[in-house]
Amino acid sequence: MKAPAFDYVKPKDLPEALRLLQQYGAGAQVLAGGQSLMAIMNLGLAMPEILVDITGIDGLRDIQETAHGIRVGALVTHATLESSALIAQKVPLLWQSVPHVAHMAIRNVGTIGGSMALADPAAEYPAVSLALNATITLIGPDGQRDVAAQDYFLGLYETARKEDELLVAVTFPKVSTDEVMIFDELTRRRGDYALCGLAAAFTVKSGVISAARLAYLSIGDTPVLAEAAGRSLVGNKPDQALIEVAQNALVNDLSPRGDLHGSAEGKLHWAKVLLARSLRELEKSA
Amino acid sequence: MTEKRCDISLRINAEQVERPVLVRQHLVDFLREELDLTGSHLGCEHGVCGACQVMVDGKVVRGCLTLAVQCDGKHVETIEGLSESGVLADLQAAFLNHNALQCGFCSSGMLLTALNIVQNHPDATRDEIRDHISGNYCRCTGYQAIVSAIESVLVARRTGELAGVAR
Repeated sequence: MKAPAFDYVKPKDLPEALRLLQQYGAGAQVLAGGQSLMAIMNLGLAMPEILVDITGIDGLRDIQETAHGIRVGALVTHATLESSALIAQKVPLLWQSVPHVAHMAIRNVGTIGGSMALADPAAEYPAVSLALNATITLIGPDGQRDVAAQDYFLGLYETARKEDELLVAVTFPKVSTDEVMIFDELTRRRGDYALCGLAAAFTVKSGVISAARLAYLSIGDTPVLAEAAGRSLVGNKPDQALIEVAQNALVNDLSPRGDLHGSAEGKLHWAKVLLARSLRELEKSA
Repeated sequence: MTEKRCDISLRINAEQVERPVLVRQHLVDFLREELDLTGSHLGCEHGVCGACQVMVDGKVVRGCLTLAVQCDGKHVETIEGLSESGVLADLQAAFLNHNALQCGFCSSGMLLTALNIVQNHPDATRDEIRDHISGNYCRCTGYQAIVSAIESVLVARRTGELAGVAR
């Protein structure tokens, strides 16, 4: 279908973009790569009054190493992340997740800012950002603020970003030498929306897990941190016995709803399978 | 309400094009309706089927998820231009030889994904080829022939390079 009529502006700088967001409020949608937005509009599921195309704004396309981590500008595309040696080296969990994002033609255009602003529960970066507790930087009429990923995802397609704010960057902590990052997801075909996915950040000292952050995607309204399962791993070596303990603990963390893609029990099973796979992978790397 | 138009100036294949476009018109409608470049097809119109693929500034994109107005100042290459330039010639020949198309609806998009594979993944296995083309739907062939066609070009290019054949 065709999108219904809308207005379009391409602001030259950040102040102009923020003025437009303030002026139009809920009637405005930010356009970056548009790889979800255009699909949603063509399906008639969103009918914005005006699109604010932010791709003309300078300074949102950089990947920078700072004292706090790796700062990724909102307009950095999936394809750029995929080919970035800095991301591969310093934020391996993010880097591992990129090839799972849709298809090359979409990764060439879609942006990290768009993915994080939309906050689709089946998307990869929201779960990665939660596993790493990344920082989301928002700019609005009252200035700039940083929101931790664990405070950012509020509900289905609902985030801490206000409608007059622009998401300008996501900062990921740099991986340290005792951390192991493992991303995996289940799909019917490569590039499809994940049936279930797991972004896992483990800290391992002398073969023993000292911390674990397990962020699931496609299992609830938001990415979900499996805290009980994570705690059950601490102080232990990854082996078959621990896999079973952690899988049992997952019941306390996840309460998936059944839908067209699978029953609630089926989804919980997929979550357990992914947890087992990541712990076996960890065992191999330890 | 009068629908908004914007003046855009862009390069389409070898030609510079300047004209006003409806801001809500996506790139494939612009190519097909305004410029009679009907080689790019419109299937699902929400980014799933891949029939609408074109190149923008040298990268494959979904034409249905790209507004024409977003292409102001850019270089758009379609199946028409890419066929003329010869860059797809060996892939097109392989598609014919392997019967990798029947109705042809998916072929223009499929060929651009295939081009991306031969350019950026020269050592792709059959399984990897399947992963790469998973975003392009074909309802005729069952994909087997398409995978074979792409694989044959990968092999031919590799052997050609080994034999020192200039491409």
